[in-house]
Amino acid sequence: MGNDELLEKLKELFPDASIEQGNDWPELLFEHAQVADGKFLEVVQTLKSTNEFLFNYLFCETCVDWKTHFNMVYHLESTQYRHSMVLKVKLNHEQPSIDSLSFVYRTAEMHEREIFDLFGIVFTGHPNLKRIILTEDWVGHPLRKDYDDPINMIKL
Amino acid sequence: MIEEITTAKEGEMVINIGPQHPSTHGVLHLLITLDGETIKKLEPNLGYIHRSIEKMCESLSYRQFIYSTSRMDYLSAHINNHACAMAVEKAMEIEVPERAEYIRVILDELTRIASHQLWWGAMAMDLGALSPFFYAFREREVITDIMEETCGARLTMNYMVPGGVMTDIHPNFVKHVKDFIVQFKSKIDEYDTLVTDNIIFQNRMKNVGLLSAEDAISYGTSGPTARGSGVSCDIRKTHPYSLYSKLQFEEVIETGCDSFSRYLVRVKEMKQSVKIIEQLIDNIPEGDFVAKTKAVIKLPKGEFYSRAETARGELGVYIVSEGGTTPYRIKFRSPGFSNLSALNHMVKGYKIGDLVAIMGTLDLVIPDIDR
Repeated sequence: MGNDELLEKLKELFPDASIEQGNDWPELLFEHAQVADGKFLEVVQTLKSTNEFLFNYLFCETCVDWKTHFNMVYHLESTQYRHSMVLKVKLNHEQPSIDSLSFVYRTAEMHEREIFDLFGIVFTGHPNLKRIILTEDWVGHPLRKDYDDPINMIKL
Repeated sequence: MIEEITTAKEGEMVINIGPQHPSTHGVLHLLITLDGETIKKLEPNLGYIHRSIEKMCESLSYRQFIYSTSRMDYLSAHINNHACAMAVEKAMEIEVPERAEYIRVILDELTRIASHQLWWGAMAMDLGALSPFFYAFREREVITDIMEETCGARLTMNYMVPGGVMTDIHPNFVKHVKDFIVQFKSKIDEYDTLVTDNIIFQNRMKNVGLLSAEDAISYGTSGPTARGSGVSCDIRKTHPYSLYSKLQFEEVIETGCDSFSRYLVRVKEMKQSVKIIEQLIDNIPEGDFVAKTKAVIKLPKGEFYSRAETARGELGVYIVSEGGTTPYRIKFRSPGFSNLSALNHMVKGYKIGDLVAIMGTLDLVIPDIDR
C-alpha cells in the first residue's frame, strides 16, 4: 500500500487520532487519555492483525523527551506489503506510563527495558521491568533533558 | 543478581558466562539457569561498555556525530557512517556526487566481507577449530590495508561525511581492490573445504538454535540472523539506497532456521559482495568526491530516519531536529540489540554445550548492543 492510501485508511480507522504525513511514513499520534485503560493494546493489535495493514515488524521503539511531555515512538513495518508507519503516544511528564507491547512484539521486551532505564517510562504488563544498561542503584534517567551529572557529563 | 540465584528452583543451577569469556567476543554477561545440562532460561546483562552515545550526540554537530558511530559496531564502521551521512543528506536534500556513491558502496561491501571473515574465523574458533582464524585473517588483512591506504585508519575509518567522502581514493585503490578480488576468489573455496563441509562442524551446527520465520520477525531480528530463517529483510533490496537498486546481486536466504543456515547466509553473502564490487570497481566515474555543503550544517525542523544494511542487519538512524546545529535527540536502532533479544528464545531447551554454536551465529558485537 502506498503512503497516501495508508494515510486514508488510517484516518478512517482512527478518526480521533491526529494523523499526518511525515518525511517518510504516515504518522499517527495519540494523546495518552485516548489509549489509556488497555486501549493501546487494542490499537496495536488492530494494526498488526488487520489484513490490509499487517504491521508485524516493530523495527524501532524509542522515546523523545519534549520537557513538557514524552513521546513514545514506534516504527512499524509490514514484512508482507513492505509499507511502514510511525505510531506515537504522548505521555505526561510527571508519571509517564503506557501498556507494554512485549506480548505483541517480542522484541519490545528488551527495547522497553532500555527505555525504562534511560527515560523512566513505566510499562504496565511488562514481564521483567528493570534496568538493563545501568546498574540497579543508578539514580535518575540519563536521556531525560533535565538529567544532570556534574561529575561525568561531557558538555561541549 | 543475588536475588536471581536465591530464586532458582530446586534442582536448577544458575551460572554466569562472562563478562570476561572468550566466546562472548566482548564484555557481555549471561545469566543462565540450568536444569542438569539443559538451558531453562538465559538473561543477558548489558552495559559494561555503555558510553551513552545517544546522549553524547545531543551535544555534537551534524559533522561530528558521525564519528561516534564508528565506535558502535566497529566491524561495520563504514556502513554506520554511511547511514548517518544519508540521514543528514536526506534532511538537507544534498545531492551526493556519483563518484562518492561508487566509493561508498565499494567500501561498504569491503567492510561487509571483512566483518564476515572475522566472524567466520571466530565462529570456527568458538567451536574449537583454531586454524580457520588465520585463514580468515589472511584475506581480511588485505582489506584493512586497503582501508588504511585510503582512509588512514584500519578499524574506525570515519571516512564518510555528509555529501560524500572525506578525501579522494588513493591512486592505488583500484589496483589493490582488484588484487584482493583475485586473491579472494582463489581462496574462498578453502573456506568450504576447511569448515563448511566438515562433518564435525555440521553436526554441531545443524538443528540447534531453531528460530522460526514468525519468531524472527516478532523478535525484530534482521540481517543474516533473520535471513537464515527465510525472512527477506535485506534493506539493500527492500528499501534500496545509494546505488543498490542498479546493481545485480542476490539476497541470500536460507530456510533451515538453524545455526547452520545462518552460517551459510554469511558465507554466501561474501561472494555476493565480491560480485557487487566487481560491477563497480572498473566504472568509478570522474568528478567530485564530495558535494559542496555549508560549513555549519543546520537541519530543518522535523524527524528523519535512514536505514542501512550493516554486516549484522538493519541499522536505523532516527534524528529529531529542532532546527539547530545539534540534534535534539538521536536514536540508533542497532541490529545487535534486537538480535540479542531473540537469544533467550533460541537457546531454551538446548544443552549448554550448544550455547556457543547458537550465540556465535548471531554475530554479536558488544559496543553495538551497549552503545
